[in-house]
Amino acid sequence: MSVRMPEPDSAVLARREQIVKVLRTMVPGEGVIASEREMKPFETDGLTAYHQLPMVVVLPETTEQVSQVLAYCHAEGIKVVPRGAGTSLSGGALPLEDGVLLGMAKFNKIKDIDFANRIAVVEPGVTNLAVSNAVAHAGFYYAPDPSSQIACTIGGNVAENSGGVHCLKYGMTTNNVLGCEIVLITGEVLRLGGKHLDSEGYDLLGLVIGSEGLLGVVTEVTVRLLKKPETARAVLVGFPSSEDAGACVSAIIGAGIIPGGMEMMDRPAIQAAEAFVHAGYPLDVEALLIVELDGPAAEVDHLIARVEQIANENRAVSCKVSASEQERLLFWAGRKAAFPAVGRISPDYYCMDGTIPRAQLPLVLKRMKELSTKYGLAVANVFHAGDGNLHPLILYDSNKPGELDRAENFGSDILRLCVEVGGVLTGEHGVGVEKRDLMPVMFSEIDLNAQQRVKCAFDAKGLLNPGKVFPQLHRCAELGRMHISGGKLPFPDIPRF
Amino acid sequence: MTDVLKPTDTKQVEEAVHWAVAHGKALELLGHGSKRALGRPAQTDMTLDLSGLTGVTLYEPAELVLSARAGTPLAEIEALLEKNNQQLDFEPMDYGPLLGNEAGQGTLGGAIATNLSGPRRLKAGAARDHFLGVTAVTGRAETIKSGGRVVKNVTGYDMCKVLAGSWGTLAAMTDITIKVLPRPETEATVIVEGLDDERACAAMSAAMGSSCDVSGAAHLPDHVASYFDGLPRPEAATVLRLEGVAPSVAHRKETLAALMKPFGPVALLDEAHSKVLWTSVRQAKPFAVSQERPLWRISTAPGQGYAVAAAITPAAQMFYDWAGGLIWVAMPFTNEPDAGSIRRAIAELGGHATLVRAPAALRASVDVFEPQSAGLRALSKRVKDGFDPRGVLNPGRMWAGV
Repeated sequence: MSVRMPEPDSAVLARREQIVKVLRTMVPGEGVIASEREMKPFETDGLTAYHQLPMVVVLPETTEQVSQVLAYCHAEGIKVVPRGAGTSLSGGALPLEDGVLLGMAKFNKIKDIDFANRIAVVEPGVTNLAVSNAVAHAGFYYAPDPSSQIACTIGGNVAENSGGVHCLKYGMTTNNVLGCEIVLITGEVLRLGGKHLDSEGYDLLGLVIGSEGLLGVVTEVTVRLLKKPETARAVLVGFPSSEDAGACVSAIIGAGIIPGGMEMMDRPAIQAAEAFVHAGYPLDVEALLIVELDGPAAEVDHLIARVEQIANENRAVSCKVSASEQERLLFWAGRKAAFPAVGRISPDYYCMDGTIPRAQLPLVLKRMKELSTKYGLAVANVFHAGDGNLHPLILYDSNKPGELDRAENFGSDILRLCVEVGGVLTGEHGVGVEKRDLMPVMFSEIDLNAQQRVKCAFDAKGLLNPGKVFPQLHRCAELGRMHISGGKLPFPDIPRF
Repeated sequence: MTDVLKPTDTKQVEEAVHWAVAHGKALELLGHGSKRALGRPAQTDMTLDLSGLTGVTLYEPAELVLSARAGTPLAEIEALLEKNNQQLDFEPMDYGPLLGNEAGQGTLGGAIATNLSGPRRLKAGAARDHFLGVTAVTGRAETIKSGGRVVKNVTGYDMCKVLAGSWGTLAAMTDITIKVLPRPETEATVIVEGLDDERACAAMSAAMGSSCDVSGAAHLPDHVASYFDGLPRPEAATVLRLEGVAPSVAHRKETLAALMKPFGPVALLDEAHSKVLWTSVRQAKPFAVSQERPLWRISTAPGQGYAVAAAITPAAQMFYDWAGGLIWVAMPFTNEPDAGSIRRAIAELGGHATLVRAPAALRASVDVFEPQSAGLRALSKRVKDGFDPRGVLNPGRMWAGV
């Protein structure tokens, strides 16, 4: 593990037995796990290069238990790492040696489905897909659809502000959640939002979504439900270069069309996916675009024709429109299997997640090719083309000494590149431990301190998920101080009236 | 008269705040002042007029992104977008006429700071949902950046969200990046006539629960219907807007009309009439005619909008937007906002209410924003203290002490 985590608190570790005993009084039965063998499954998340056994695992079932556990940890100065399904790709749920791992999997009930208000109230351990499945009979669904949707939980989605392939049209988690119940580290239970739109004061819900488990533990979430579009059709378009594919994406949006999904793959990703899934992808192209239109049939047919026309005006060498639902799903099967497909041609792969202004794509791909040569590692790219979210997959072999380190350095260079061209470090996977030390590439110390003051407002002792997101931890008292004096008056440069 | 400082760049904003902190002075943050009479009347020593920070600095239509300095007139941005067949999808309403000011004023910074939206809120979100990046000067006289110019970004806390709707109490925004979207090719409106409020809420719920992709759903009761433009008859109208490409709108208009038939007589509005109607809904036109009546804006679960309204005095004038989830309520007497009945209804049924318009003395004595639970209030105060520990930015605009 190359990432340094906060120094374990030896005083807490020395009291481990006592702590476990107290926790058992709060969460009875199998809810407290303290044996090494049974804690093993919790030692890592989706970022498997990192692992660490927690001090103890607690699996509460009620908000009251969460509140009790947190209040106790707060009083005793014990760190807490919340965890959903553990699918984080940035190490957001990586345990701490001296910390309680608070698993929310038992919060798995759908509490209310309210079609009149088009919302569902769910517990955080319910999986993303389970929400859509529970309302499918009435033709509704929950829009954000991260690739891990079969396993990842709504609580985790809230923590990470998860996206998916339909973000461009339907938004991310933050645009699709109306309210939540949250427990602060002090044990205090608060309600943010509800079944209505917009916040009554500061948009604290908006702060909590995407806060990576650093501000509180969510125990209930109210999500918006959408009616499923009447129909959906996809076009598969091949291009001789990524420039052409990028120009086509711009032309589609320029024509006023916002597709339900718009995905791009580069040659290595196309080859790997086709070999795995046989989706009928053209193999003689440099870039492949999947454009999906959804809505009433009259609209979809109309727009598909326009997209086809635009594609042909932008040097498309192949263009295929799905003729059936089966074929549409097949087009997507290749894209959705891109990660495991790459997994077949390489012992390991490292999935990155930066976002760039789309016009910079050709430059970024060119520079990535140079980096690939420099590091001696291959890279395949899948790209949420509509919103500029890039997922380079770096191929490496962890059994070869030094390859993991090389892959990580390669990845860091890619993310630096994303920021350099006006983009950001992470589009949907989160900062976690993975990109923590890269935060100064994007933010000044002043920016980061302002964010940490938000953390202080929620968790003044810094006990919730420390070591994630922020490269340097400051005491809240220190951050709260302000040294301002002087201040000339009048300021010569400012016009006064 | 209060002194006015009018900076022209971020550095000068920082200097102004620095001075205020050093001398213990409070600043009133102002753009065009179109919403100045909304919120608690704050006691400030100096006005920080941000309308000198103007200009669109980046506009990439194909990437759906626009950056501008915070004082840029909203009207200028909307005109620029229109030229490129794009728009602000959150359809910001204009508070000016409601508050006795001219129409067409307002800055981008003001729209974001008050988290403006309009009828399309129920489909496309509010300003907060289109706010991608910001440069702002906090009450510590520090210039911070957050977000970026890309739509998909989860790097660090989403500081844009807490700044949107913070009414200038956390930071003075100087540069703003937003997501922009294509203008729909055409629109039409389906009207169901003569419904009472409860039935109208049910009809709107059915419309929103259909796959017709309704982008505006309002109920205009009998007593206010005549104030709205574009309606065929000055009678209770439940209006449902459809936007998109022509063949799609034509198809959905038929589908929706058939779906609405069981609720009542159905009429259709063409594009031109639909546009003027929704402009008057967006501007809450019945309540801009005179500024006498105290005006409330209530956000609640749409399905129970009628129940919230039923708990309010029958002498009030009101109409519903957001499929019943937004209720505009004008109270009958100038000096009686009747906060008690509104707050009781909200406490029972959920949501929040804002006293949008009332004489200044009343806004000082009655909560303008929904009172919060002790826990939320304390947390909000801690957030405020993080940004603005000395309370130099719009102190008391939202709540006393914040």
